[in-house]
Amino acid sequence: MDSIISLLGAGLLQSFEPLNLMMIFLGCFAGLFIGAMPGLGSVNGVAILLPVTFLVPPTAAIIFLAALYYGAMYGGAVSSITLGIPGASTAVATVFDGRPMAQSGRADQALMAAAIASFIGGTISVILFTGFAPPLAAFALKFGPQEEFALMLLAFATFIGLGGDDIPKTIFSILVGLVLAAVGFDIISGQPRLIFGGLVEFQRGIPFLVLAIGIYGIGEMIWTLEHTKGKIQMHKVEVGFKKIINNLAQVKKYLPVSTVGSVLGFFVGTLPAAGATPASLMSYGLAKTFSKDGDTFGKGNVAGVAAPEAANNAASTGSMLPMITLGIPGSPTTAILLGGMIIWGLRPGPLLFTESPDFVWGLIGSMYVANFMTVVLNIALIPVFIRVLAMPFSVLAPIIFILCVVGVFATTDRMFDTYLMLGLGIAGYLLRKLNYPVAPAVLAIVLGPLTERSMRQSLISSQGDPMTFLERPISLVCILIAVGLVSYPMISKMIKKRKAEKAA
Amino acid sequence: MKIWKTLTMTAAALAITAPAAMAEWQPRKPVEFIIMAGTGGGADQIARLLQGLIQKKGLSPRPFIPINKPGGSGAEALSYIKGKEGDNHTLLVALNSFYTTPIIQDELEIDVTSFAPIGRMAMDTFLLWVNTDRDDITDLDSYVATVQGSDGTWKVGGTGSGQEDSILTAMMEKELGYNVTYIPFPGGGTVAKNLVGNQIDSTVNNPSEQMEFWRAGNSKPLVQFNGERTAPFEDVPTAKELGVDIEYYMQRSISGPAGMDPEAVAWYQNLFEELFNSQEWQDYCESDGLTCSEWISGDELAEFHNAQLQRHVELIETVGADAITSK
Repeated sequence: MDSIISLLGAGLLQSFEPLNLMMIFLGCFAGLFIGAMPGLGSVNGVAILLPVTFLVPPTAAIIFLAALYYGAMYGGAVSSITLGIPGASTAVATVFDGRPMAQSGRADQALMAAAIASFIGGTISVILFTGFAPPLAAFALKFGPQEEFALMLLAFATFIGLGGDDIPKTIFSILVGLVLAAVGFDIISGQPRLIFGGLVEFQRGIPFLVLAIGIYGIGEMIWTLEHTKGKIQMHKVEVGFKKIINNLAQVKKYLPVSTVGSVLGFFVGTLPAAGATPASLMSYGLAKTFSKDGDTFGKGNVAGVAAPEAANNAASTGSMLPMITLGIPGSPTTAILLGGMIIWGLRPGPLLFTESPDFVWGLIGSMYVANFMTVVLNIALIPVFIRVLAMPFSVLAPIIFILCVVGVFATTDRMFDTYLMLGLGIAGYLLRKLNYPVAPAVLAIVLGPLTERSMRQSLISSQGDPMTFLERPISLVCILIAVGLVSYPMISKMIKKRKAEKAA
Repeated sequence: MKIWKTLTMTAAALAITAPAAMAEWQPRKPVEFIIMAGTGGGADQIARLLQGLIQKKGLSPRPFIPINKPGGSGAEALSYIKGKEGDNHTLLVALNSFYTTPIIQDELEIDVTSFAPIGRMAMDTFLLWVNTDRDDITDLDSYVATVQGSDGTWKVGGTGSGQEDSILTAMMEKELGYNVTYIPFPGGGTVAKNLVGNQIDSTVNNPSEQMEFWRAGNSKPLVQFNGERTAPFEDVPTAKELGVDIEYYMQRSISGPAGMDPEAVAWYQNLFEELFNSQEWQDYCESDGLTCSEWISGDELAEFHNAQLQRHVELIETVGADAITSK
């Protein structure tokens, strides 16, 4: 333990060197804006700015990119809240409550909650990282296909409760998402499937971002247009010191969900192949299921903003863990960081901690500083961000539309995906009119491929015996929790009903 | 007036230099560097290293952006390149599934010989790996005995049915007389992790995928499938030395889509030749057990691809496509 503290101390000192401090600031700042642009997420940001980092020493370079990664995680929340378009896939869950909050004039509260929750998520996860990196890496190795499948079941279970009271509609929505997720190449045999007879464009599958931007960007735009008739939406943009203090006082409302979200996010992030998007969705689902006023989720509950934001920041730290200790990226962004490390002459893997301690501890030290920097920067910029909402919606709608189109085209580089996004947007709007929850479909398209792969791998390795999921302890525990989560809302409803009957 | 003068001068200067600049083709937008395998695998590591070297040395006016398209044993990447006919800003980082996937999935109608041959960066090798926890397995004989005793439940991890490691696995099944269960994962890095975590029993990873785990003492190689022992695995016998007739390599090459402009092809050929000869690349080859002694490009590479394609047709015929695709 002593050695950890002294190493961490050295790392912190390192991150306070002028060059490194500067890198942290620049990274956070750039990340904030990259994350806020729909379509430009941390993946693109890190990829675009990677070459710039060859000009500075490796430690400064990774510090810059890691800071950019955190900044982008928060930036995604900004457009989720103010525009209702998820800036990145990791910020989809933030839309669920962030957007309604902004529409009811509480954008500043939502942004503040996102900033604070991100800070909590970042801090808790970096503490876990500092203390337990090697044992956690060993634990991640225990996760085979069976465990991954069980974890995915758990994620779906947290979402059954998400669709509100109408469980059949939620299940329908999940199934639609699963079907959309199955489009493209079969992951085991490599044969194309569900490509509508041979449409080559569908071979690539339906990218998650296309669905998310369509449903939340376009769908939301049509919805708002219908309801505001183009008139000015809300618009008292008041910002003052007092308000900030007031908003800070709300922290206790979402401290518990943020803490749970952070631990969950960090853990899911450490598993290779999962990453921040499932983590934030799971954290949201959990927060809703176990909230006393679960009904207000999706209508502007501040905890619904805090939970996913804490989780996605924690997961971004978590996904650094397999990258550093195993040389396997935990998320698409860390895959690019990994490439950078190879060029800097570092060899990510089990020996990195002992062979390049300066680098590893410099990075960990910088995570603490970057977290602090991001939260300060964000709170300072809130007044700027909420100006967006002072625009009449008749002006804002075309801007959102352009951002959606450009955002999708920039990521996938195909007009086909842009049309698909528009079509899905209209479909999403119609589903919403019919009172179908769309969030579960979004979840299903993220988790579908991961679930399918892990299930088929497990069954191949057990020679087709499904008992394999129950024979392994970690997987069994996850499945039991999942069953508990699915039955919890029903049981609590039954108890409520019985109580009501007794009272009557 | 002065401004006007400057402007006309600039315009004139541009008019003179523009044709000169046009003469040599150069990328005008970021180059998509398509990897036909998942993150963390051999192809992925190479692509990211090359991309970094291009940036570091300032060899291209526009960046190279690595994009993984691992779906369907490389079918996703190959279809993508096929659809990019005539495009000058897309390159493919190929491995042996470049040959095998079009043979096995003939309905994709992909003809890799139509692709523009840019250059062969290396010949990679394969080794048979098991977890160091397996004290009972110390050499090929004890390995074969254990696998034969497992009655088909021995789990071999790989990067996908029809990928080169699945062919090698099928070749081993045939030569050594046993049956295994083949489990596909999205990339060589994930395979390596699952071996170390004891989720699978053995793999035929490339050296770069297992290197760090090997150095950390988590996994051990039993046999290599090279013609002769290659550094840094001088202590590991080749299959031929042990009397098993398997010799199999993995090519690491760069291709462009069919119909790429000849000027563009030439520009990329020069670029990659320079990379091939760089100290960094040669160092990487040495530390990761790649063979990088001979640079091949253009027609010579096209010939090499043809010969390899033929060989893979034969290989797949001998082991049987069913043995590979686990249908």
